[in-house]
Amino acid sequence: MKNLQEQEKQELLPAERSVFTAPLQRRSFLQFAGAGAATIALVAAGCKKDRNDPMVPGGVTLNFKDDFGVLNYAYALEQLEAAFYIQVASNPPSGFSPAEKQYFQDIQFHEIAHREFFKKALGTAAIGSLEVDFSSINFTDRTSVLGAAMAFEDLGVGAYNGAGVRLTTDAYLVAAGKIVSVEARHAAYVRDLISNGTFASSPQVDANGLDKALTPDVVLAAAGKYIKTKITVTNL
Amino acid sequence: MNIVNILEEIEKVDGEIYERLNPRRSAMKDFYNVGKKVALAAMPLALGSMFTKAYGQSTPTAVVDVLNFALTLEYLEYHFYNHSLLAAPGLLTAGTPAHGAITTIRDHELAHVNLLKGALGSAARPALAYSDFDFTAKGTFPTVYSDYKTFLAVAQAFEDTGVRAYKGQATVLKGMPVLTTALQIHSVEARHASHIRQMRAAPAGGGVPIKPWISLGAGGGANDSGVPQVDPVYKGEDLETQAGVTITGIATGVTKAAAVESFDEPLAKADVLTIAGLFIK
Repeated sequence: MKNLQEQEKQELLPAERSVFTAPLQRRSFLQFAGAGAATIALVAAGCKKDRNDPMVPGGVTLNFKDDFGVLNYAYALEQLEAAFYIQVASNPPSGFSPAEKQYFQDIQFHEIAHREFFKKALGTAAIGSLEVDFSSINFTDRTSVLGAAMAFEDLGVGAYNGAGVRLTTDAYLVAAGKIVSVEARHAAYVRDLISNGTFASSPQVDANGLDKALTPDVVLAAAGKYIKTKITVTNL
Repeated sequence: MNIVNILEEIEKVDGEIYERLNPRRSAMKDFYNVGKKVALAAMPLALGSMFTKAYGQSTPTAVVDVLNFALTLEYLEYHFYNHSLLAAPGLLTAGTPAHGAITTIRDHELAHVNLLKGALGSAARPALAYSDFDFTAKGTFPTVYSDYKTFLAVAQAFEDTGVRAYKGQATVLKGMPVLTTALQIHSVEARHASHIRQMRAAPAGGGVPIKPWISLGAGGGANDSGVPQVDPVYKGEDLETQAGVTITGIATGVTKAAAVESFDEPLAKADVLTIAGLFIK
């Protein structure tokens, strides 16, 4: 996963450099139109190299060129979370209390609702289903399940916080905001189950009282160990 | 998604947008024309960069208003918790998990106050002191600082309101770096809300039948807190449709309650200020 992403970055680098090292020919245009247009020239140049296929054989592509890319990124994470909680809720660890079983079932349905929401909102632009790999999680052990749940929830919160600024459509930005606070409620609940009072502990929440905001490359690298499907990232 | 429409929308709020983007307006018009031709999909990135350029040095009024609005709420929360720790004998006992949790939350609210004050600089609203507030809400909650359960009920209302308030301002900050900071505060408020709800559900908090997330209230109402006095805090939380997609029944097991729990709703600034106003002298 990591190697694939690094390979992807390396593939992208020459293209970016060629744009950045080509300003001489474009200087007169830049002087005329200003830096705002320069950005567009850069982006437009980048667009020619877009791999728009949402369904690369054997994998999926998250193309961050527009809101659909961001929504597909969220869709990928929600697929992962839903798959995890479905497995927990359908066969919870013996150490779970009745209340914990109930709340993990609740969370399962929240994540399924999120997943299906993105699938419907994306329509034909939606990526395919991801194949998950939960071999590192011991689903019979309460501690292992709670640890994984915390990792998923904190990662989800950081992912949404970091991706919000990329969204350009009001309705999608608001929808992401509506979801992230629910993920934060989950995160706090799971953290308190692991150790009461750690709902917003450092370093997840820093000295300024700020939660994490993570970039997609960081999030996908962390999520990679749970995902078998190859994820290609473009236009990040 | 149309660049021309967007620029026109911005012009309604910020008449100087073109000058901000480039002092040479004729050049800007050329950009405007380029914008019509370039693939619309490429616009979002370009816009983000344009705004950084436009607003890099001075903050637009709409953003200042949002940050001052947030600052007001953070002052309210900070003083509410701070007083409970410093001047409410018998309410919270040092060394207990409850005292620890409220201390954590108080410290976050103070950090948010300082962060927003710093970001606003000279544009920050006048500071609010504890004496500016009435946390009994003119007698609605007379035992707020003597009865632990009442204290937690009010705390829950503040936290859930805070989450809704930040969410309601997201679109004003769209595409700006400050949006990320606001989101980072927003999710911390949601963590607080989750914990306060768990404190209320615990036996010492009254064993209130309430979840860490906002569910449907008794009888299917939007207010799940069990405190009818805070109905305005939960107005519209029972929404079942998101961005045109009906969530209830979207998959097996996604009941109306699950649909409501899955999405927290924003609250308009005016509604938030009405709620806050009950606690401000």
